[in-house]
Amino acid sequence: MSRTLLLVGTRKGLFMLESDADRKSWSMRGAYCEGWPVYHAVFDQDSGAIYAAAASEWHGSSIWRSADLGETWTQSSEGLAYEDGRKMSKVSSLSAAHGRVLVGVEAPGIFESRDDGATWSPYSMLAGEPGSEEWDDPSNQPPGHLGISAITADEKDPAHVWAIVQGVSLFETTDDGKTWTPRNRGLRSDWPREHEEVGFCVHKFVRSRTDERRMYQQNHVGMHRSDDAGASWTEITEGLPTEFGFAAAAHPHDRDTFHVIPLDPGHGRTMPDGRAAVWRTKDAGSSWERLANGLPQENAHLGVLRHGMTGDTYDTPGYYFGTSTGQVYASADDGERWSEIASYLPAISSVEVAIVD
Amino acid sequence: MADIHLPPTLMPLFAGLPRRLDLDAPTVDDAIGQLDAQWPGLRDRLCDPSGGDIRQHIHVYVDRERAGLDTPLEPRSRVQVIAAISGG
Repeated sequence: MSRTLLLVGTRKGLFMLESDADRKSWSMRGAYCEGWPVYHAVFDQDSGAIYAAAASEWHGSSIWRSADLGETWTQSSEGLAYEDGRKMSKVSSLSAAHGRVLVGVEAPGIFESRDDGATWSPYSMLAGEPGSEEWDDPSNQPPGHLGISAITADEKDPAHVWAIVQGVSLFETTDDGKTWTPRNRGLRSDWPREHEEVGFCVHKFVRSRTDERRMYQQNHVGMHRSDDAGASWTEITEGLPTEFGFAAAAHPHDRDTFHVIPLDPGHGRTMPDGRAAVWRTKDAGSSWERLANGLPQENAHLGVLRHGMTGDTYDTPGYYFGTSTGQVYASADDGERWSEIASYLPAISSVEVAIVD
Repeated sequence: MADIHLPPTLMPLFAGLPRRLDLDAPTVDDAIGQLDAQWPGLRDRLCDPSGGDIRQHIHVYVDRERAGLDTPLEPRSRVQVIAAISGG
């Protein structure tokens, strides 16, 4: 029977939750990575290895790797440094595909490893892209700046990669990082921008698994959908309680179904009115429904960050999200009913799921 | 031989790394280099690879005085590498 593994990156190390294909009962183990803050952890479906991007306040940034589902770990940052003297405050995002691991870092740049995380080399610094002349300036950076806040590798084409520069743009490369194209047309921004093509705050970018032209994104100001592989975007916020949020997940088998967690947009950035909910569209954003069965509906001021929600690929898909107050919630029935499967973890940065035979 | 004391946060990262050891090194930088030769990657945990300086929250003391990479070591120097008392 398949094993279902959740990789939960927290402020104090990586934790793993495990269940079977039924996803009814869960066991937990950890903390791994010696309690270092883990910004993102992923499972490499090709090699079966787990990678965790962690940044210690004392010992700096490193990528941890386990080839045995968490039993043993190694870490390496060899080559993970800017040659021009720029400082690297953290490693923020990971992608593992096609025999390569990509890591996004702050200051913004992407490094790669082709030897299972033993050594790293520059992949692309997105140098010369609009906005790049300013994005190292601290006055232009949002609090807790992540630099490259997400990397998405195309499942078929190794040279095709998407990357988000936090507070700047979604970029696409189809020539393995040599050139990039901003993909922000149609996005809303409520502030003046120096460049026509960039200056957008893309929080989360998700592609449909069944239609590569269908994409969704949770932006700083609104939910958006693309039907042309990111060439243009249409806002689909209407019907949601707020325009702000970080976490989102697409249905694995239906291109029109998509889940998002709206948050209050001010300083709080928690679920509105202290009532926890996931919102779902089944018609590509024309309408939204509130899913809250099993979620706390009183005094639940939960925040969920951009890597904090994911979905599996079972016939009846499961969804999972981890909160800034250390709870993990799971649904094994497409979001209809939710249960709390971990309650007392450190603040959660990321949740990713893997199905292992 | 200088008497080198390392922070406990390093031990889980490098197999066989002791909490303290003796090294014959002319400077702090050379001592860290010797440690890195035996436990590859250790320098990056103590020094910022971008500029090479000792990391902001790693403090090195030689004979109870705050030291830098170029601080000379005497044959009987006591070198304490401390993970700063910070964070939460």
